[in-house]
Amino acid sequence: MATNRSETMTINMGPQHPSTHGVLQLILELDGEVVVKATPHIGFLHRGVEKLSEHRTYHQIIPLTDRLDYLAPMSNNLGYVLAVEKLLGITDEIPERVKRIRVIMAELTRLKSHLVWMACHALDIGAMTVFLYCFRERECITDIYEKVSGARMTSNYFRVGGLSEDFPEGIEQEIRTFAESIPEHVEEYEGLLTGNRIWQKRTIGVGHISAEAAIDIGITGPSLRGSGVDWDLRRDNPYSGYEDYDFEVPVRDDCDTFARYKVRLDEMRQSARIILQALDKLKPGPVLANCPKIVLPPKHDVVNTIEGLIHHFKIVTEGFKPEVGEIYQGVEAPKGELGFYLVSDGSAHPFRMKIRPPSFVNLQGLPQMVEGRLLADVIAVIGTLDIVLGEIDR
Amino acid sequence: MSDQAIVEKLKAKFSTEIIDVVEFRGETTVTVKKEQIVDICTFMRDDCGYNFLCDLCGVDYLGQVPRFMVVYNLYNIPAKQRFRIKAPVEEGVKIDTVSTVWGTANWHERECWDLMGIEFNNHPDMRRILMPADWEGHPLRKDYPVQGPDREPYQGRLS
Repeated sequence: MATNRSETMTINMGPQHPSTHGVLQLILELDGEVVVKATPHIGFLHRGVEKLSEHRTYHQIIPLTDRLDYLAPMSNNLGYVLAVEKLLGITDEIPERVKRIRVIMAELTRLKSHLVWMACHALDIGAMTVFLYCFRERECITDIYEKVSGARMTSNYFRVGGLSEDFPEGIEQEIRTFAESIPEHVEEYEGLLTGNRIWQKRTIGVGHISAEAAIDIGITGPSLRGSGVDWDLRRDNPYSGYEDYDFEVPVRDDCDTFARYKVRLDEMRQSARIILQALDKLKPGPVLANCPKIVLPPKHDVVNTIEGLIHHFKIVTEGFKPEVGEIYQGVEAPKGELGFYLVSDGSAHPFRMKIRPPSFVNLQGLPQMVEGRLLADVIAVIGTLDIVLGEIDR
Repeated sequence: MSDQAIVEKLKAKFSTEIIDVVEFRGETTVTVKKEQIVDICTFMRDDCGYNFLCDLCGVDYLGQVPRFMVVYNLYNIPAKQRFRIKAPVEEGVKIDTVSTVWGTANWHERECWDLMGIEFNNHPDMRRILMPADWEGHPLRKDYPVQGPDREPYQGRLS
């Protein structure tokens, strides 16, 4: 008579695997099709951003932040410049127009990030069409990015104290047309997925994590709101003028992949609402704060006057020196709370810059979401956590 | 509860543990001795409502004694408030893990050890996390060269 013996098998997934969204490696211990233990291995994309930033002036760090979550560069820019502005104590000096433009671009970035999430998540689970639809809309946002900042992905658009330049002519209408089309497009994606039996089977009840467990493990953003925790930094600790806008924070308490999917789609509708409100409130004005010791002078002065040139030269070569102190600034990035902890020793370089990347912390919840579940659910859970290895590994 | 009230509450409970209280740009930072860090963190979570550990990291104050500072950025989700606790750690001395208080501290502490070389007592899984397993040294320390080990310093300008 055969003995009823169970033996586990260890398999390796990634770092070269299309469904790991970059260079994530998972060591999976399987009992048949069931995951007994999942161990994430990260660090394959570690570039030492925190170390590098200790050797650069505050302005020179902005391009490094683009490359953290490269699917949402402007959210990273925003988190960083807000942190530096807080450290300098110039938060109240930021002009109205700057705040509005930052909100518009940050919300477009949220749409951009969520579109890539939707596209890849659906593709991973087997819905190819959604991928093509989402990238069609994402292309519009990259076009807007290009017109506004000159770059399609690594935008480097925000500056400490303002923006690198004002909106180009005609862009407001383009953004408005795009934002108005978003609810219709989201309906389209929902039409493809929400009622789809395969989609439901692959997401409902998959990747369950309770609110208590999610808070304990540090999950933030849409992944936490899918577990019924009503917390959004834009509303609860408003920054950059978010308190002026009327929007809802979507929350669902099913704690599964389907709930997180619905939360993100609702967030896209809300982002479009915020963009339209910000466009309505956008008025002409300066795009740099009146802080000559910190912000670069207007280009016109630099090329036409010797004082302007000296001013520009001094800020570029020497930077500025915030007083001794430490601050933490968190923003609601598309993937969760993105935090910058800055320590200044009074020099022109940060003494320590710690980045709190949402994906890094969210990924920590993966083992408890997949253990005891089927191997195929691992793919769904990686997708629903919406991780980007650029910011996990830094 | 205001930050001031939290500080008072902490002082009443752990009067001998508190080294310093600083307010800067509206943020309160309390520096405490490292011996009772787990008790202090548990108190912050259970009695002050700071149920969420946003971030944990180390700072290297090379040349000072104690050399390192472990920083805990806390958040109270129901009250939407932040608070910061710091604990100084000497080089080569361990601090207790708070991963029993907040599960999220697990990876943060691994990262802190990996990049900064601060060791944690009773940590459930102390391995390198970002650097390769066989890496030597701790890159975020101030005495670790920015260009990496055994390489000539960059000759161009950094700023």
